Amino acid sequence: MKKIIHFITAFAFFAMLLSCGKNSQNGTKKQGALSSNAAEKVYVAPGEYDEFYAFISGGFSGQLAVYGLPSGRLFKVIPVFSQDAEKAWGYNEETKPMLNTSHGFVPWDDLHHPDISQTNGLLDGRWVFVNGNNTPRIAKIDLTTFETTEIIELPNSAGNHSSSFVTENTEYVVAGTRFSVPIPQKDIPIKDYKGNFKGALSFIAIDPEDGGMDLKFQIMMPGFDYDLAHPGRGASHGWFFFSTYNTEEASTLMEVNASQNDKDFIAAVNWKKAEEYISAGKGKKMPAQYAHNVYNDQTHMATSTIKDEVLMLDASELPGLVYLLPTPKSPHGCDVDPSGQYIVGSGKLSANLTVHSFQKMLAAIEAKNFDGEAYGIPILKFDDVLAGVVDQAGLGPLHTEFDGKGNAYTSFFISSEVVKWKLGTWEVLDRQPCYYSVGHLMIPGGNSREPFGQYVVAMNKITKDRYLPTGPEVTQSAQLYDISGDKMELLLDFPTVGEPHYAAGIRADIVMKNSRKIFKLEENDHPFAIKSESETKVVRDGNVVHVYMSTIRSHFSPDNIEGIKVGDKVYFHVTNLEQDYDVPHGISMIGANTSELLIMPGQTETFLWEPKEVGVWPFYCTDFCSALHQEMQGYVRVSPAGSALPLSWSLGED
Amino acid sequence: MLSCKNNAATETGDTNADAPSENAGTQDLGQAFLKDDEATPNVLDIAVGSPDHTTLVAAVQAANLENALVNAGPLMVFAPTNAAFDKLPEGTVENLLKPENKDQLAFILKHHVTPGKYDKEFLKKFKTLGQASNENVPVEVKGDDVYVGGAKIIASIPAGNGIVHVVDAVILPSN
Repeated sequence: MKKIIHFITAFAFFAMLLSCGKNSQNGTKKQGALSSNAAEKVYVAPGEYDEFYAFISGGFSGQLAVYGLPSGRLFKVIPVFSQDAEKAWGYNEETKPMLNTSHGFVPWDDLHHPDISQTNGLLDGRWVFVNGNNTPRIAKIDLTTFETTEIIELPNSAGNHSSSFVTENTEYVVAGTRFSVPIPQKDIPIKDYKGNFKGALSFIAIDPEDGGMDLKFQIMMPGFDYDLAHPGRGASHGWFFFSTYNTEEASTLMEVNASQNDKDFIAAVNWKKAEEYISAGKGKKMPAQYAHNVYNDQTHMATSTIKDEVLMLDASELPGLVYLLPTPKSPHGCDVDPSGQYIVGSGKLSANLTVHSFQKMLAAIEAKNFDGEAYGIPILKFDDVLAGVVDQAGLGPLHTEFDGKGNAYTSFFISSEVVKWKLGTWEVLDRQPCYYSVGHLMIPGGNSREPFGQYVVAMNKITKDRYLPTGPEVTQSAQLYDISGDKMELLLDFPTVGEPHYAAGIRADIVMKNSRKIFKLEENDHPFAIKSESETKVVRDGNVVHVYMSTIRSHFSPDNIEGIKVGDKVYFHVTNLEQDYDVPHGISMIGANTSELLIMPGQTETFLWEPKEVGVWPFYCTDFCSALHQEMQGYVRVSPAGSALPLSWSLGED
Repeated sequence: MLSCKNNAATETGDTNADAPSENAGTQDLGQAFLKDDEATPNVLDIAVGSPDHTTLVAAVQAANLENALVNAGPLMVFAPTNAAFDKLPEGTVENLLKPENKDQLAFILKHHVTPGKYDKEFLKKFKTLGQASNENVPVEVKGDDVYVGGAKIIASIPAGNGIVHVVDAVILPSN
């Protein structure tokens, strides 16, 4: 004890001495940028476009943010799993069903891994798929509208982490459960985990025409934790690889008990074999409750359907469906190179990277050279499938991306750096620090056969002194490195929305040509839409009142409404009659217990107002639409509950 | 002083490209050189603040491992005292501190670091620990004492990003 006090006293003494600032650093930073032309490399002149879109997840914000690269400029935050008052996502009547689940309305989730749809192994820029971790869901974002158009819940899953990665023709979006749970759920002691808890891997079939999601089948796996996943590509197309930890099947004090085995597994799943088993009738239908929510761009409304069944394949009973590749130290990242030959496992407590060979895996399977089994699933021998080891590459490897030129880039959390190494020779070529505690990396197209190997984005959990301080909570950040040369060069730091967990990037020209400008009014099939001001009306049905309202610069129609009574439920269905690009209107009503609406041209949205007090109450346009935006306003007269005043509505009548 | 070293910092030039040992900045830039008087001391702060660990701190600085020790962790550092280093054959420390032996030094230092944070009592649950060197070290319990890689824990100081166990011997890797 005396010794401890001695240490602490000594520390206090040192702390007093350690007070000199870092003022000199700013000067040297600027010099660095000038001498290396970093500023020039990220400068996108006013009015000019970035070369890449980057879709960077917001992590615990539940949203997906759209940035330009190399500038790091933020263009849009797309609401996905969290209510967003700015866009009325989850607040207006049209989008509330998008957040429905088997647990009811869940207004938040933890959005982790975006992946862009592919055709023939190349990014086609049609959709971005993202996963919600907490209440397991997969969402589809349509890249013509940059809006979330579909969300499907995953049954038999919990902590939907090894998701949402697409196969090379977007046949499937694949999702693995982090937590194993009783399947089906039941009331049993937690200590009975081993053998009784199972993990489900979900294969969601994607409609090639409209991107529609359908939970085609699940694979029942042993009760491990499934951490990350990537599809095979090229030669390994038809396989999917999942990293696992907690092969110990512990249920408490995981930081100790899930680290007992020297090796866990990468599970190699042959999904073409799964399709054969399904065709042969080997799948078993089991009851399951999960929501499937679809947003329709014609009706501008979402519907939520609760499904009640899923097709299950049991990996323990179906030979050839799954093989286990031993991988050291609780592997986290599980990344497949552009050729599909190498599967990189990152043991998060390791100083090395383990690279498995797809060809060697096939040969070992052919030779039936197994090292035992786990719940009937063959375990391959580590040395038989090993392609190579990147030795002492750094500390705490997490994730690997590829540049398409034979190089790989791995993030190291504990040593806080990005390390470039060579596929095949496994030699370290370069390393650069990250500021600080990097998680994922992203190279645009890095999950495809042909990455655009120009930049790598590092997504950092901690920034400490990198930006002006903003109290205890400071921004997380992304860092952009130029990887076009032999050595990486840090070009730019930029702050992000929420936690920049992972990202997907794509060349801008593939996407921007498909971006919609307006919704056509004549195609608006919303049941409460109006196509012109002559159709505006107010309709009472008991104490429910529907206001069919329109907006056009610079007025609402109607803008005077009388005959509303205390206790009414008033639905404002507001159609934006504008047909010009970038002319949304907004609306908000005093005392409405919801958000504003932000309505795009040709779109209809609805909010509910329940007036509680007699009086005359105003509403106004919340989007600065025109020079007379401030004139865009109106009144609703609210009479006592028993009032006989009839409904009336008007615009421009005194 | 450690925190004043960033006077010479450069950010985008001067990469430590070929340095095979991992670290987040041979340029004295990064979290290790950010100081405040509010946060709980991290494992590096504790080592730096201890007069009994001047050899260890000199070694950490020579290997440019400062930034790895201030990361979010959690990190468990087994910190040999100056006396422990003195028990090594004469000339060993001087030799390791030479720039050309930086990799070897870094490897030995990483052999004293575990990703994790366990107090002395809790360590009794383990048979081995996986070190940042990628090698395992045995954990032995003799009476009330806990030995890690043959080194006895003689004091333990919790840190903001982990824990420092002061040990009476240098833990040498097998290779």
